[in-house]
Amino acid sequence: MREVLTTCVYCGCGCGVYLREEGGRVVGATASRNHPVSRGNLCVKGWHLHEFIHDPARLTTPLLRKNGTLTPVSWDEALDYTTAALGRLKADHGPDSLGVLASAKCTNEENYLLQKFTRAVLGTNNIDHCARL
Amino acid sequence: MAGLATTFGSGAMTNSINEIEQAQVILAVGTNTTEAHPQVARRMLDAVDRGAKLIVIDPRRTRLAECATLHLAIRPGSDIALLNGMMRIILDENLHDDLFIEMRTENFLALRDMLYRVDLAEVEVETGVPRDRIASAARLYARAQKAVICYCLGITQHICGTDNVQSIANLAMLTGHVEKEWTGVDPLRGQNNVQGACDMGALPSVYPSYQPVADPTFRRKFEQAWGVTLPEQPGLTLLDMTHSGGQGAIRGMYIMGENPMLSDPDATKVEATLRGLDFLAVSDLFLTETAQLAHVVFPAASFAEKTGTVTNSERRVQLIRQVIPPLGETWPDSDTIMALAARLGYPMPYESQAEVMEEIALLTPIYSGIFHDRLETGWGLQWPCWGREHPGTPFLHKYYFTRGKGHFVPAQPIPASELPDDDFPLLLNTGRVYHQYHTGTMSRQCPTLTREADRALLQLNPADAKGLAIRQGEMVRLTSRRGSIELAASLTEEVTAGSVYTTFHFHEAPINRLTTAAADPKAKCPEYKICAVRVEKVSP
Repeated sequence: MREVLTTCVYCGCGCGVYLREEGGRVVGATASRNHPVSRGNLCVKGWHLHEFIHDPARLTTPLLRKNGTLTPVSWDEALDYTTAALGRLKADHGPDSLGVLASAKCTNEENYLLQKFTRAVLGTNNIDHCARL
Repeated sequence: MAGLATTFGSGAMTNSINEIEQAQVILAVGTNTTEAHPQVARRMLDAVDRGAKLIVIDPRRTRLAECATLHLAIRPGSDIALLNGMMRIILDENLHDDLFIEMRTENFLALRDMLYRVDLAEVEVETGVPRDRIASAARLYARAQKAVICYCLGITQHICGTDNVQSIANLAMLTGHVEKEWTGVDPLRGQNNVQGACDMGALPSVYPSYQPVADPTFRRKFEQAWGVTLPEQPGLTLLDMTHSGGQGAIRGMYIMGENPMLSDPDATKVEATLRGLDFLAVSDLFLTETAQLAHVVFPAASFAEKTGTVTNSERRVQLIRQVIPPLGETWPDSDTIMALAARLGYPMPYESQAEVMEEIALLTPIYSGIFHDRLETGWGLQWPCWGREHPGTPFLHKYYFTRGKGHFVPAQPIPASELPDDDFPLLLNTGRVYHQYHTGTMSRQCPTLTREADRALLQLNPADAKGLAIRQGEMVRLTSRRGSIELAASLTEEVTAGSVYTTFHFHEAPINRLTTAAADPKAKCPEYKICAVRVEKVSP
């Protein structure tokens, strides 16, 4: 068994949480006693933070719509299809025909990379996220 | 955030969460803290146990309101009238902080002149709160040495959201309750990294650290760093993108970890827009309602399967650490973005998330001292953090505001975009419950949470229920001008007669098919908190 200190993913409080790992699975969550926000305490969502991680409904492979149905494909096929579609729309309708939604659930690094991708690669400032929702 | 940016210069909590428990007076406005921010509520209730006065301004009798010294149950949407009324009383009774106003602020005369025109009898009618209770709140707040205001989406999700926030900032500056520890204005952020996503420039008008894209100086800085020519025009906001109806300017979208089908207002229009796109790619943990409409779905690694940083409500940048390898063929979103960029001819070959953070530190002044190795030990760093030796900043605006002087922006009451009438006689308010989270993508997969809250309930005042012959637990149909859903009624005094309340967690009762996309013109934040509805029995 191993415990790894991390940060809760739910609200904006940002509690310090230890995730408990056993045999490659995350099996529990406990509060950090010394973290300035959690101080040994979590809300019900934090105590059960690990429950969705191994849920059987998790997506585990890329999907591509074929004949109207989302079908499992390889990463290469999904990425190639996506870049071809984005490239074609950009060429036909200009970069501002593309829009990107980043996420308040993703990390700073991912949000930074996505806005850089949107601005520097797609060539548009059409990027936003649900800060207002 | 547009409101605080204009008045103070920074749209973020001025204090740390722990400072709240040392305050003598806490003014909680439009925040259902016990349900949405349990740790902040814990600080508030600890403070109350120690003798602090808690003033709650909320149309609903929330759990927090039940613990309050004073609960001002205002009519929905009358926040500006109430705050102006409080400020008028503070001025009349000479409780304002002359020295602070003189030294630290500007444009006070405009506020004073506006306040002298405020009629307290009208305020009483508009807010539905007796004048003596408004006066008690004003005196309690103004006379305290250490006073914090906490607010949340009950303030911002209105057509006048920016004016609401500016009124709060006016009240804090009028009484000098800003520059100190345990004293300030604290917008509570609803998601683990809303603050960070804003800081990182995932916004249409600014680069990281709120550097405007329209300003050529900043554009040149990022063009040099990234080695490309960058677009000059600010982009479209989320509502502009998701409500264009599918025939709009947007033809293709990439959505990373969001579920606008449940979270955005007037969701029928969102569905039409997304279905009308030529191309939609979605990256998520689960096949969300939005992912179901996509052409391509990328399986994302969860927070337990990747490394990175997130920034909480008190501006604390902290690590999330990888516990297990990505499940199945899932990828962290950063890998997906880098793979797309490489295929489009612009490789972004970062070797680690720590290296991405180095680039962030170079280009983002408020993060310029934040590096992963510094976050490995201790409890993160609160921005602004100006260099490797800088300890971070627990509270903002000491000695001077981010923008220099605090700027008073007088605000007048603005009516809600939709008011009740004969066809739609009730006001709908929306929010969260303790056991669920946002659109339920994660929390509804947790058996324990689902056991506690597994369906949407419509809170209805018993007086209204009696008139409609609706019993506890009965299924009702809730209809607005935009849509209709069915859900179970929960009779409670928590809502006043004439108002109903429910949550947006459940796809079986997608409440955002009813809400309005009418939005604050400055912040583009939609009015989730008010729309006109009617409730009917579902005929057997």
